[in-house]
Amino acid sequence: MNYFRPACLSDALDVLQKHQVAILAGGTDFFPSKGEQPIEVDILDVTKITEFNDIIEHDTGYRIGANVTWSQLQKADLPPVFDGLKLAGREVGSVQIQNTGTLVGNICNASPVADGVPALLTLQTKVEISSPAGMRLVDLGAFIQDIRKIDLNTNEIVSALHVPKCAPDTKSSFLKLGSRKYLVISIAMIAVVIHVEKDVIVDVKIAVGACSKVAQRLTGLESELIGQNISVLLQDDVVRPEHLSNLTPIDDVRGTGAYRLDAVVELCRRTLLDALEVNHVSP
Amino acid sequence: MSRLDGSTQVEFELNGTKVAINVRAGERLSESLREQLDARDVKIGCNAGDCGACTVLMDGAPVCACLVASQQAEDTKIETVSGLMKNEPKTVQLAERFQEHGAAQCGICTPGMMVSATALLRENTDPSQEQVQDALGGVLCRCTGYRKIIDAVCGVSAMAQKASNALDDDPSIQRLDGLAKVSGSEAFGDDIAPAGTLEIKIIRAPFAKCSFELGDLDGFVKSNDAVVAVLTAADIQGDNRFGVIPGFMDQPVFAEDIAKFKGEAVAAIVAPSVFFASFNLVNFPVEWTQMEAVQTVSDAQNSNAALLHEKHLQNVMCGGFVKRGDAQKAMASAEVTVEGSFESGFVEHAYIEPEAGFAQMVDGRVEIHACTQAPVMDLDSLEIILGIPRSDIRIIPSAVGGGFGSKLDISVQPFLALAVLKTGQPVRICYSRAESMQSTTKRHPSEINLKIGATKDGFIQSFDFYGEFNTGAYASWGPTVATRVPIHASGPYLIPNYRAESKGIYTNCPPSGAFRGFGVPQSAIAQECLFDEIAEKLGLDALVFRTQNALENNQSTVCGQVFKQGVGIKKCFEALEPSWKQECAVADRFNKNTDGPNRRGVGIAAGWYGCGNTSLPNPSTIKAGIKLDGSLYLHQGAMDIGQGSNTVIAQIFATALGISVANINIIGPDTDVTPDAGKTSASRQTFVSGNAAKLSGFAMRRDILDAVNASENAVITIEKGHIKIDDQGQSHIIELSQRTVDQEGYVFKSQESYDPPTKPLDENGQGEPYAQFGYAAHIAVVEVDTKLGTVKPIKFIAAHDVGKAINPMLVEGQVHGGIAQGLGMALMEEFIPGRTENLHDYLIPTIGDVPPIETKIIEEPDAHGPYGAKGLGEHVLIPTAPAILNAIYKACGVRMRRVPVTPSKLMTAIKEQNDDS
Repeated sequence: MNYFRPACLSDALDVLQKHQVAILAGGTDFFPSKGEQPIEVDILDVTKITEFNDIIEHDTGYRIGANVTWSQLQKADLPPVFDGLKLAGREVGSVQIQNTGTLVGNICNASPVADGVPALLTLQTKVEISSPAGMRLVDLGAFIQDIRKIDLNTNEIVSALHVPKCAPDTKSSFLKLGSRKYLVISIAMIAVVIHVEKDVIVDVKIAVGACSKVAQRLTGLESELIGQNISVLLQDDVVRPEHLSNLTPIDDVRGTGAYRLDAVVELCRRTLLDALEVNHVSP
Repeated sequence: MSRLDGSTQVEFELNGTKVAINVRAGERLSESLREQLDARDVKIGCNAGDCGACTVLMDGAPVCACLVASQQAEDTKIETVSGLMKNEPKTVQLAERFQEHGAAQCGICTPGMMVSATALLRENTDPSQEQVQDALGGVLCRCTGYRKIIDAVCGVSAMAQKASNALDDDPSIQRLDGLAKVSGSEAFGDDIAPAGTLEIKIIRAPFAKCSFELGDLDGFVKSNDAVVAVLTAADIQGDNRFGVIPGFMDQPVFAEDIAKFKGEAVAAIVAPSVFFASFNLVNFPVEWTQMEAVQTVSDAQNSNAALLHEKHLQNVMCGGFVKRGDAQKAMASAEVTVEGSFESGFVEHAYIEPEAGFAQMVDGRVEIHACTQAPVMDLDSLEIILGIPRSDIRIIPSAVGGGFGSKLDISVQPFLALAVLKTGQPVRICYSRAESMQSTTKRHPSEINLKIGATKDGFIQSFDFYGEFNTGAYASWGPTVATRVPIHASGPYLIPNYRAESKGIYTNCPPSGAFRGFGVPQSAIAQECLFDEIAEKLGLDALVFRTQNALENNQSTVCGQVFKQGVGIKKCFEALEPSWKQECAVADRFNKNTDGPNRRGVGIAAGWYGCGNTSLPNPSTIKAGIKLDGSLYLHQGAMDIGQGSNTVIAQIFATALGISVANINIIGPDTDVTPDAGKTSASRQTFVSGNAAKLSGFAMRRDILDAVNASENAVITIEKGHIKIDDQGQSHIIELSQRTVDQEGYVFKSQESYDPPTKPLDENGQGEPYAQFGYAAHIAVVEVDTKLGTVKPIKFIAAHDVGKAINPMLVEGQVHGGIAQGLGMALMEEFIPGRTENLHDYLIPTIGDVPPIETKIIEEPDAHGPYGAKGLGEHVLIPTAPAILNAIYKACGVRMRRVPVTPSKLMTAIKEQNDDS
């Protein structure tokens, strides 16, 4: 088997044209997926590609390179709209996992329980895909098509994520529910981005993970909340089961689908309050 | 650059030294470090980033070496614990603190802990508890309960000092074997084999039950040049059977024709590691045919169910029974009764060291180095399986990276022995995490019905218990569970009318065996939870009810055994009373003052456990000798699996001989040089081997004193070449060169045995099953999030009657570790065969899940124990789960009768309760 470790994007694209490869970045999903089986595929290691390294701010947004790790994100100087994503990042496995695992790897693995996806959805992230033909941008919600299925051709590679700028005082948060403190796969998780002016919700994005094949935005709830006073969030029934109609949680070892829906109702409200720094008790 | 064979040369700095190696495409850094660069201090626990044992620093940042491609190390600086111990003063200081706190028990996770903590301490010299938890959250420990680790990293003041030369020091000495554990030099099962040793990989059944036909094995060997041998049942010259209980040796090394559980071995390949790097085991020539499996005790007892073992009708392996008085009659006349059905699932031991070992032929004998809790039992089994003289087998146990009962059974040993005999070459094996979880023993799932009757003033009149235990495909220690449960199901209480029946049922599941408590943690859940219910029904405080029913000296146990001394449960309850009142009051206040979803509850539960084998001989022998130069050797055969027998046995021996522990050199365990100290099981080593050590120390003392006619109170000082005896103002010198040297080079030698006095049980389970019991009671304080069903333990207060704490620091270590496992069993752990065969679906507590633990050591001396000491190893988790369940009820009013109480299950129960009310 061959191991390719190009230093620039064009070399990586060249490898992609000539070889069938598995793309390796932080390795935190790649190696566990192999288990004890031999590695029977050529590997394209992208971690040396310099174009992938940084988080770059530009006029309209931020470009997060494909090699940006969760730890790198934690240390980056970013506005509060990224707080939810940073919180999610702290829940990705452990410090060890965060030190090598990348945001782009997290979305490309297309797991229903990927910790990064809900927060990236609330940030309206676009996925930058490079190929010899050039570059295309795809909404994250469309990029992840199904469990382990993404919109990526064999001659393409995800080179970055793009997060658009928003009102500077936009806030965000994230909550993850699991059966233990660290290194835990979500039972459910919620990410929220919210912009409030004079106590009125001007904009809000809410996404739920681990409750459907692909993490989902709760657009019905979002539009209901927009224009309302934030005091609505203190009402017990602000989030109701009908807001969760696009969720299809399964029964598994971590919990029943019905439980997940109940938890989402509660977690949504708490995450919204968290984003606005209103006190409540976290899970 | 890529080479023709796909390997790449990689250069990096390892612990300050430039290294260059060739690595395969995608070779994991953990493998490269261990096998090419001899960095065996990097431990591999899961190969999936779930356990963190392999943590190394890459340019200063902690990473799991198992998730890093070796090529990614190019031009980086890699640091491992052994290098940090040489180059980083912070690590050296931390190593000292780890030893002072007893923060390393078995030591397998310790390198990962030390490396992660070093990274933290480099950035933050004074971290908070939360910062330590965040930094170490990625490293799992199964022994310590983490609190000692947090204390060590935070640098709080410690309990233990180094063993000194003085005699009457604080008994909380550091582990004598601690330095090797914190520095990463301890050699566990997979750390013995030289790089390049032939490897063994097992072919395992992919279904819960299947028939199989092996293909053309000769052809397979011929067509794969690298393959040295294939092993199957046909290679077994002795008996293809093993087991631990006479009459129940029903497990084959290799299944023949039919495999009875998923993961059962059917064959093995012996080849160099390079072969396995490209050979997928699914391509081994074998045809599987899936068959209908029975996996629950009810399905297995169905009259239509196929028998796993003929003669065991309805798949009943065996049962246990204890009867005293007339439970039925007393129940009918009881003024208050409660009853309930309780369930628990499989629990996995989840030690961080998978089973591993190395074997070689030495002078025509088979020499096995593997992790084990019972070296002499391994020898017994191999003698039968190999069909060769016992004298041709030597067992040299490696360090053991956690056992908790499962490493009592053989696992890798027969494969190693068969492979070394067939190939004549040294061989090694290391189970993957999945293999370890699939194929080794588990805690028995239980289904228990219990009814209790009491008088209206709260005295228990009657107790009627029936429990079925899923023993899996083979017996293992199932008969022991069946026997122990009826004896212990009463808990440490006076119960005049008692009936307890247990059954072990065969199913197509992995064998259930020994796991800390042998079924008693399961029965204690039923008993202690129903005690709370009946106390509530009676309007009695839970502690008052327990205290007034607690067993006392001169009262009869349910087996009719009467202890005139040493019954310490009341003292445990008394010790907890102030905390009980205080915590209950605090919880009440908390609940009154909150309008949030969290509710606090305080629960209490007790337990007892008989130390040593049940009504069976159970001897230990300890030998010691002094050489011409005055060096003293303790032949210590009691396996230290992290609990500390290397230290405790030495402390007891030193005390008896009247010398300092610092004088002692420990030898063994090794079946050639250490006499049989029995298995590390049944909470017996401190008690039984400790007694043997005490007798051996006394014998040596007597010999030394007799040599100069000194009195009993003389002071012995062993010095270079001589022994000084100070007696009543006189000084005597024994010149060791004047004494006869025996074959072993000893001028003084002692070897003594101890076997605890027990008596057989009759058909009603009446007799004297154990020479001593140990006693325990725990208080658990939890917060329940009533909107999400999550349970957060806030603190534990644990009272343990250990008779005499030989080493209080090690006592606390056992208590902490047991509580962590009890917490896991209560809240998160359930092994589902075929589904949770890894450490991310099977959850054990992390460093963020175990709250502060206050240990109250009670010393109610036992007449049989060495210096009054009682066993402890299993007692520590028996009360934990029921204490948590009782606390959950107090918090949210829901009685959970199945563990684990996952958030989903608790929330479902809370909702049902809300719907009802």
